[in-house]
Amino acid sequence: MNIYEYFELLFTDYTLRTITLGTAVLGAICGMLGSFAVLRKQSLLGDAISHAALPGIALAFLITGAKDSNILLIGALVSGLIGTFWIRGIITKTHLKTDTALGLILSLFFGFGMLLLTFIQKQPNANQAGLDKYLFGQAATLLEKDVFLMMIVTGICLVILLLFWKEFKILLFDADYTKTLGFNTRFIDILITFFIVLAIVLGLQTVGVILMSAMLLAPAAAARQWTNRLSTMVVLAAIFGAFSGVFGTAISASQNNLSTGPVIVLVAAVFVLFSFIFSPGRGLLFREIRFRKNRRDLELQKTLQFMYGIAQTHENISHPHAIKILNNFQGFTRKTLQKLEEKNWITLSGQQWAMTTVGYKEAKNLYNQQEQDD
Amino acid sequence: MTSPQIEIQLIAIVVAVACAIPGVFLVLRKMALISDAISHSILPGIVIGFFITQDLNSPLLILLAAITGVITVVLVEAIQKTGLVKEDTAIGLVFPALFSIGVILIAKNANDVHLDVDAVLLGELAFAPFDRLLMSGIDMGPKSLWIMGSILVITLVLLFLFFKELKVSTFDVGLSSAMGISPIIMHYGLMSVSSVTVVGAFDAVGAILVVALMIAPAAIAYLLTSDLKKMMLISIGFGVLSAIAGYWLAHLLDASISGSITTVLGVIFLLVYLFAPRKGLLSVLYRQRQQRTEVSLITFLLHLTNHSEESERHINHLNEHINWQKVRSQTVLDLAEKNNMISITNDVVSLTAKGKEFTDLALEYIMTNKDEKIEHMKDDFFLFRG
Repeated sequence: MNIYEYFELLFTDYTLRTITLGTAVLGAICGMLGSFAVLRKQSLLGDAISHAALPGIALAFLITGAKDSNILLIGALVSGLIGTFWIRGIITKTHLKTDTALGLILSLFFGFGMLLLTFIQKQPNANQAGLDKYLFGQAATLLEKDVFLMMIVTGICLVILLLFWKEFKILLFDADYTKTLGFNTRFIDILITFFIVLAIVLGLQTVGVILMSAMLLAPAAAARQWTNRLSTMVVLAAIFGAFSGVFGTAISASQNNLSTGPVIVLVAAVFVLFSFIFSPGRGLLFREIRFRKNRRDLELQKTLQFMYGIAQTHENISHPHAIKILNNFQGFTRKTLQKLEEKNWITLSGQQWAMTTVGYKEAKNLYNQQEQDD
Repeated sequence: MTSPQIEIQLIAIVVAVACAIPGVFLVLRKMALISDAISHSILPGIVIGFFITQDLNSPLLILLAAITGVITVVLVEAIQKTGLVKEDTAIGLVFPALFSIGVILIAKNANDVHLDVDAVLLGELAFAPFDRLLMSGIDMGPKSLWIMGSILVITLVLLFLFFKELKVSTFDVGLSSAMGISPIIMHYGLMSVSSVTVVGAFDAVGAILVVALMIAPAAIAYLLTSDLKKMMLISIGFGVLSAIAGYWLAHLLDASISGSITTVLGVIFLLVYLFAPRKGLLSVLYRQRQQRTEVSLITFLLHLTNHSEESERHINHLNEHINWQKVRSQTVLDLAEKNNMISITNDVVSLTAKGKEFTDLALEYIMTNKDEKIEHMKDDFFLFRG
């Protein structure tokens, strides 16, 4: 199946439609909430939470003995939240730093989860197969009801986001100020963290514990490059996330032996790379172009300044000079001279140059910023 | 104990020690998550190395994978340097991408590669003794023991050679470059050692356990001491302890060894986190409560100095005016009285000479606002703490 066939099949094939819809919705909600995680410098919290959710899944299965995905997700949610609050406890109450706290919870919870999973595997219960899909995720196991659940959660999340938009925004950028204004920062903080955990838990089935953090980060990191407005960033991140979901599913469906999770992550990574390079405001390409342009302008101005120094010593500022006398000034070429002429700052005739009044004025004001040059 | 059991525990101990040493420095340098990133992103290195060598234990594969680890660090730093995203975001972007590439490489070549992601990620210590190192037909013991053993020896040699340099560059980057010790070389040296350790350990214990063995013992030790040498010894001790205890837990439950070693580490960490003498949660909470009471006490004493009229010094006034709850007022009053700072006659509080002296000094502290002063003062004046 190639990509075109995939898009044709999308409207007729039930499984494909469910999976695509699921990954798209997941990408959107992750992008939305990921924006907050990225801006709050909690990018790796997602990684820790997703790992911390594993023992919850295993315990939920051990307790109920059923493999209903909703119950498992509740288990994951609970243990993810425990992990999150423990991380917070470690950071605020001890002198261990954020990175250590995250790494600790991530590896300890995951290890415990693995212990439980291997323990379950040895149990005489035929029902246990397939729990390990939560490690790497299997988009193919998505059912319509899973997607439905995702949509409901996304809807609730959207409503909450709109209701508390102002609070989230102000907490994000100035937590102290929020407190002085009398907002309950603790509540807002817990609310947004809860939804981040929820989004992560929802994604476990699709992209798995290990790659979930990238789903949260990548769309947001890409969106950040295109805008400085929070609202635009959230919308853009949702769009990027949804597109990574759809494209990732399309690519993995059109090839054999490609699991969806990693492909989605790679597609999102391509989005990030593209944004890093080509975004007009912050992108590396345009930044480099701006650097070059500024450097050229600076050279030009330096040349002009040097000429100004020579012209100053003559009564007639437009007195022609030989180009040769510029030789002990290094930063000029034939081309820069032409450019200076284009700007009407000097006139060239043969091997001689002469300053114009415009150029003289320009040079005079070059360093005192009195007349702004646009 | 049978001989494989001893060998498994031996491997676990060697891995624990080899991980604990770089782990301490990673934790102190606030780079703990780099080990997580490396442990994931070595996957493509391992896969490519496996295509070339066809042997999971070949030194070349370990080298290749370790290089991928260092590349991860370089990539993370390059992204950080662009200033487009924060450091943690850079880590979070790089390793899932590299890991995904590894997973896809494995999936695309599933038919001719005997390698699966679970094995890399989770490892299986129980199988380690079956892969023997044969030298001219003689059984020399399990291969992974030799690999981890050599990594441990290299780490130890480097540690003893460069301990001073590592210490300086960890705690004071400026001083170390002023002394001619390049922090960059130290940084990449540490990264290379961590990377090699992670790669060497992954096939015995899995990538996640490596992270746990690196960070957890160091974090536990950091909660117990502030001395670098002690911290290293303690973390090695806890690493070894959890390796042995974890093995027997796994034996008991018939579950994954690496999982149960991590679980033991988790339990130890939880205990230390709660009960560590000075830095544990309980002692921090206790200290915070104590400080709160003592600050209240100082406020109260200042109030007394400022007011000579009886109405302001009446006990009931405390509840109304300073807005303290009954219990809190009682605690503060008791503390002040126990320390002979106030005397109470007819429910009217007045300062004693000692109380006056303390308050004057406290006032001086409040004006200069130097932290070290107040703690001395408290030691001088308090017979009982809050």
